[in-house]
Amino acid sequence: MRLTPIPDAGLGVPPVPRPAAEPQDLLFEVENLKVHFATDDGLVRAVDGVTFGIPRAKTVCIVGESGSGKSITGRSLMNLLPHTARIVDGHVLYHPEPGRTIDIGKLDPRGKPIRALRGKDVSFISQEPMAALSPVHTIGQQMVPVISRHLKLGRREATERAAAMLARVGIPKPAERLGSYPFEFSGGMRQRVCIALALSCRPKLVIADEPTTALDVTTQANIIDLLVELQEESGLSILFITHDLGVVAEVASDVVVMYLGKVVERGSVEEIFHDPRHPYTRALLRSVPRLGAGRDTRLAAIRGMVPSPFDRPKGCDFHPRCDFAIAGTCDVTAPPDVALGGSRSVRCVLPEAIRPPVQRAETPPSSTQRTLRHG
Amino acid sequence: MTDATATGGLSPPRRKLVELGQWGLIYRRFRKHKLAYWSGFIVLAIYAVALFAEFVAPYSSDRYNPRYIYSPPQMLKMFGRDQNGDLALLYVNGYKVELDPVALQRRFVIDESRVYPVGFFVKGEPYHLFGLIPAERHLIGPVDPDAPMYLWGTDRLGRDLLSRTIHGTRISMSIGLVGVTISLVLGILLGGISGYYGGWADQAVQRTIDFLKSIPTIPLWMGLAAAIPDRMDPLLVYFWITVILSLIGWTDLARVVRGRFLSLKTEDFVMAARLDGCSRQRVIWHHMVPSFTSHIVASVTLAIPAMILAETSLSFLGIGLKPPVVSWGVLLKDAQSLLALTQAPWLFLPGIPVVVAVLALNFLGDGIRDAADPYS
Amino acid sequence: MWRFIAHRVVYTALTLAAVSLVSFLIIQLPPGDFLTSLAGKMAEQGGDLDSASLAGLKARYGLDQPWYIQYWRWITGILLHGDFGQSFEWNKPVSELLWDRMGMTLLLSLVTLIVTWMLALPIGIYSAVRRYSLLDYVVTFLGFIGLAIPSFLLSLALMYILSRYAGMSVGGLFSPAYVNAPWSWAKLVDLAAHLWLPVLILSTSGTAALIRVMRANLIDELHKPYVQTARANGLGEMELLFKYPVRVALNPFVSTIGWVLPHLFSGAVIVSVVLSLPTAGPLLLSALLAQDMYLAGSFILILSALTVIGTLLSDLLLAWLDPRVRYQ
Repeated sequence: MRLTPIPDAGLGVPPVPRPAAEPQDLLFEVENLKVHFATDDGLVRAVDGVTFGIPRAKTVCIVGESGSGKSITGRSLMNLLPHTARIVDGHVLYHPEPGRTIDIGKLDPRGKPIRALRGKDVSFISQEPMAALSPVHTIGQQMVPVISRHLKLGRREATERAAAMLARVGIPKPAERLGSYPFEFSGGMRQRVCIALALSCRPKLVIADEPTTALDVTTQANIIDLLVELQEESGLSILFITHDLGVVAEVASDVVVMYLGKVVERGSVEEIFHDPRHPYTRALLRSVPRLGAGRDTRLAAIRGMVPSPFDRPKGCDFHPRCDFAIAGTCDVTAPPDVALGGSRSVRCVLPEAIRPPVQRAETPPSSTQRTLRHG
Repeated sequence: MTDATATGGLSPPRRKLVELGQWGLIYRRFRKHKLAYWSGFIVLAIYAVALFAEFVAPYSSDRYNPRYIYSPPQMLKMFGRDQNGDLALLYVNGYKVELDPVALQRRFVIDESRVYPVGFFVKGEPYHLFGLIPAERHLIGPVDPDAPMYLWGTDRLGRDLLSRTIHGTRISMSIGLVGVTISLVLGILLGGISGYYGGWADQAVQRTIDFLKSIPTIPLWMGLAAAIPDRMDPLLVYFWITVILSLIGWTDLARVVRGRFLSLKTEDFVMAARLDGCSRQRVIWHHMVPSFTSHIVASVTLAIPAMILAETSLSFLGIGLKPPVVSWGVLLKDAQSLLALTQAPWLFLPGIPVVVAVLALNFLGDGIRDAADPYS
Repeated sequence: MWRFIAHRVVYTALTLAAVSLVSFLIIQLPPGDFLTSLAGKMAEQGGDLDSASLAGLKARYGLDQPWYIQYWRWITGILLHGDFGQSFEWNKPVSELLWDRMGMTLLLSLVTLIVTWMLALPIGIYSAVRRYSLLDYVVTFLGFIGLAIPSFLLSLALMYILSRYAGMSVGGLFSPAYVNAPWSWAKLVDLAAHLWLPVLILSTSGTAALIRVMRANLIDELHKPYVQTARANGLGEMELLFKYPVRVALNPFVSTIGWVLPHLFSGAVIVSVVLSLPTAGPLLLSALLAQDMYLAGSFILILSALTVIGTLLSDLLLAWLDPRVRYQ
C-alpha cells in the first residue's frame, strides 16, 4: 500500500485549532503541555506540546514506545515530576465538578494544595508493584494514614475502610492482611494492594502507569478486569499508560498515541483501531500479533529505533522510520496537528492521513456503550 | 524509569558511542570527574617518584651528618648572593647553633647570612638507577655537594628527611601494589569459585570471609607481624608483612568478584555462550572476566590506600617494617614521642605524602567506579 | 524469628571457636615454646628457672603434648576457670591484667560508637537530601580527609597542637591524682575531660565512612517507587522522608556495626598506644614486643570475641528493624 507522494500535500492546510469540548464533559484537560528535563547532556523536551482531555468516568489510553513521554505526561496530571523536570508551558486543568477549575500545572509541586489532591482526587498506580510499597512497613501502616488524612477519619474507621478496600480488590482475610508486609504477597496480590491503596480515598482519576507490565499474562487480565469493574462501580476516570495495544482495545474509550513527546494521533478507540491515520499508529497496529493470522504472516516491526531525545530528526520526528515519508517535505518541516473533527486529530501531512473520516457501516458490538458522547 | 531519558535510540552520535567500546565509554565518563582525573596524575607522579627515588632525592637514605642533628627545614629562596658575591638563582640559608636558655640544649637555627646555591640536575652522591645504571646527577641539590640542604629538616642522626621520605615512597607505595596483587589473585580465585560454582564451595568461602572480617585487623596483624623474627632479612620481612596485610585485603575483592559472577551467570550473553557449547574455562575467561574488569580495577584502586595505611600503622607501632628499611611508617615512628615532636615538629612531614597518596588513590578509585558503573 | 535467632547464635558460637583457634595460633607462632623464651629471659635477668617449676609449667600447659591437647587445655582453662594463663612479663596471671584494660577499651569504643552515630546519621541524611549543596560538598571533602588521615597521625597532630598551643597535657584517661583513686563523681568528670580527645580521633574516620554509607543508601532509596507512591498519596516531603526512605536506609546502616566494631577496636588499639591510654592497646603492643604470648593472645581473643558478639547483637537489632530479615 504505497501512497503516491504529493510534494506539498497538506502544507497549505493551516493547523486547525481544536474545537473546545464542552467543559462539563471533561474531568481533565491537558493543553499544549511542555515538560523539559535538564540533564548533563542538555535539555530534553520530554513532553512537547501535548493536548488531550479525559472525560468523566471514561478511560483514556496513552500509547507509545519507551521514550515517548507518556509516563511524564501521566505524572504531570498530579504535578509529580522528577526534580530535574519542569512544566515550562501549557495547562493541566482539573475540573473537580463541572464549572470549577484548578490549574494543576501552576500549583507548587511541594505545596499543600497539590498534596491535598494527590491520593484524594488523583491517585497513581505504578508499574512496579514489587517496589511501590515500602518493604519495611505493613500494608496497614501504609494505607491507614493516607485514608485517615484524606477522608478525615479516625484510626479505627480508617482501618476498617482499608480492610474493606482490600476485600474489594479480592484479598482474602483483609483485616489480618493489613498486618502483613509487602514481600509476603505475590506480584499480582501486591498490585491489588496498590490498587486498593490508590482507590481507598475515592479518587476521581486514577493514573495507571503500565500497571500490568511486570505481571504474568493471567494476572494481567485479572488486574485489568478488576480495574474495569471498579471503574464501573465508582464512576472514576482512568488514564491508562501502556504500550500494549491489546490492553488498549480492551479498556480504552479514547486513545492518545505519542511519539517523542508529541501526540501524533488522537481519537476514540474505534477510530484508532479501525481507521488509523498516522503512519506510526498504523505501524504499531501492524506489529500486534493476531489470532487467526496465517502462520506465514510475518509480524511487521517498525524499522529503526526511537531517536535519541538529544538529536531529534529535522522535520517530522517520525520521518526516518516512516514508509511514506515525502522527501523534501517530511524531513524539512515539522507537520502541524490537523484536527479532523471531534477529539480526532493527527500530526501528519500525508493526504491519506488527513482526509475526512469515513462513516463506517459496522461498529464492533463491544464498543457501543463506549462511544464517546463528545466524539 | 522516566521514559524520556531512557533511550534505546541509535542515531549517528550515539552510534559513535557504541563504537567506542566499553573502555572508551568508561574513559569518557571518567574524564568528566575532574577530581578523579587529576588524582590520577598525582598517583602517577607519586609512582614516578618511587621509581626514580635515587634521582629525585638530593641524598641517599642513609647519609647522615652528625653536625646537623635535628636541623629545622630550610626555605628554598630565589635570587641571593653567595659568599663570593655571585648571584644564586635558587639558594638555601645555612644553620647556626644556638643555646636554648630554657631547655639548656643546643639547637640549630637558620642563619640568614649564609647562602648555599641550589641547582637542578646537580652532581651529588653517586648511585645506581634501578640498581643498574651508574649515575650521579640528582633532580635537585646543593651546587656544593657538602653544603647542607635540608628542605624538610633532619632527624636525630642528621639525615635529610626529604630524601628519606622520597626513598620511603618506594616501599610504601609498592607494598600497596604487591599486597593488592596477592589479594587480587586470592580474591578472584576464591570469589570466582564462590560465585561460579555456588553450593558448599560458596558457603565455605563466604563463611571464611565473614570470619576474617569479624576479627579486628590491627590486633590480628600485630599478632602475626610480631611473629616475624627480628633478625629476618628485610626483604623477607617486607614480603611477610605484605602477605599478612593481604590476608584481610582479599576478602573485599572476593566479594566484588562473587557478586559480579552471580549477576553475570544469569545474563543472556553468558547463557548464549554456554548454549553455544563453550567450555567452562572459556565462558569464565573470555566472557565473564572481561565484563567485570572495570569493577575489579576500581576495587583494586580503592584497596591500595587501605594497604598503605595498614603498613604505615604497623611500622609506626614498631612491628611492621623496621630500620634500616625506609618507609613512611618507619619515618613516622620517629615522631612517636611528644618529646621528639616538641623538639622537631617537622618529623610529622612524612605524614603529608601518606595523606596525599591515600586521598588521591581514593578519589581515583571512586572516579573509576562511578565511570565503570554509573548505576551503582 | 526464633529460627533466625537460633541460626545466628549457633553461627556466632562457631565463629567464636574459630577466633579462639586463631588466637591460640598466634600464641604458638613465635619460634620455640614460651618456656624456652621464659627460661632465656630468666637467665638474662640473672635468675634461673628451677627444673621443678619448669616441669610443673610444662605439665600445666601440656607442652609435651600435641597442639590440639594444648589448645584444649588452654581453652577449657579459660572457659571453666577464667584462667588465661600466665603473663611472664608481669609475672601475674593474665586475667588480673585483662579485665581492667578491657573495660576501658569497651567504654572508649562504645562512647565512640554513639558519637559516630549521632554525627553520621543527621549529616548523612542531610547530604543525601540536599545532594550537591555546599554543605554536602564540605562534608564529602572532610569525609575524604577523615578517611585518609591515619588515626595515629591525627592523634599525634592533635596531641602536639594541644600541648604546644593550648598548654594542655594530653594522654591517659585520668589525671595523676585519680589514676588509683576509687570511683567517684570527680573521677568521672576527670575521665570525661580526658575521654573526648580519643573519642574525637576515633570517631573521625568512622563518622566519615558512615556518612558515606548513609548518604549512598538514602540516595538509592530516594529514587525507589515507594517514595513516589508516598508522594502520590499526598505526603509532605519531610514527613515522607523520615517515615519511609530514612527508615529503610537505616537497615544497612545498622548492619554496618558488623564492620564498625572491628574497625573501632583496631583504631582504639593504635590511638591508645599514641595517647598512652590505659586500654588494651599499649599492653597488647608491649606484650607482643616482649613475646609475652599468653597475654597478647588473650587480648586478641577477647577483642575478637567482643567484635563477634557485637556483630550478633547488630544482627538481632537488624532482625527487629527489618521484617525481610526476620521472615527469612
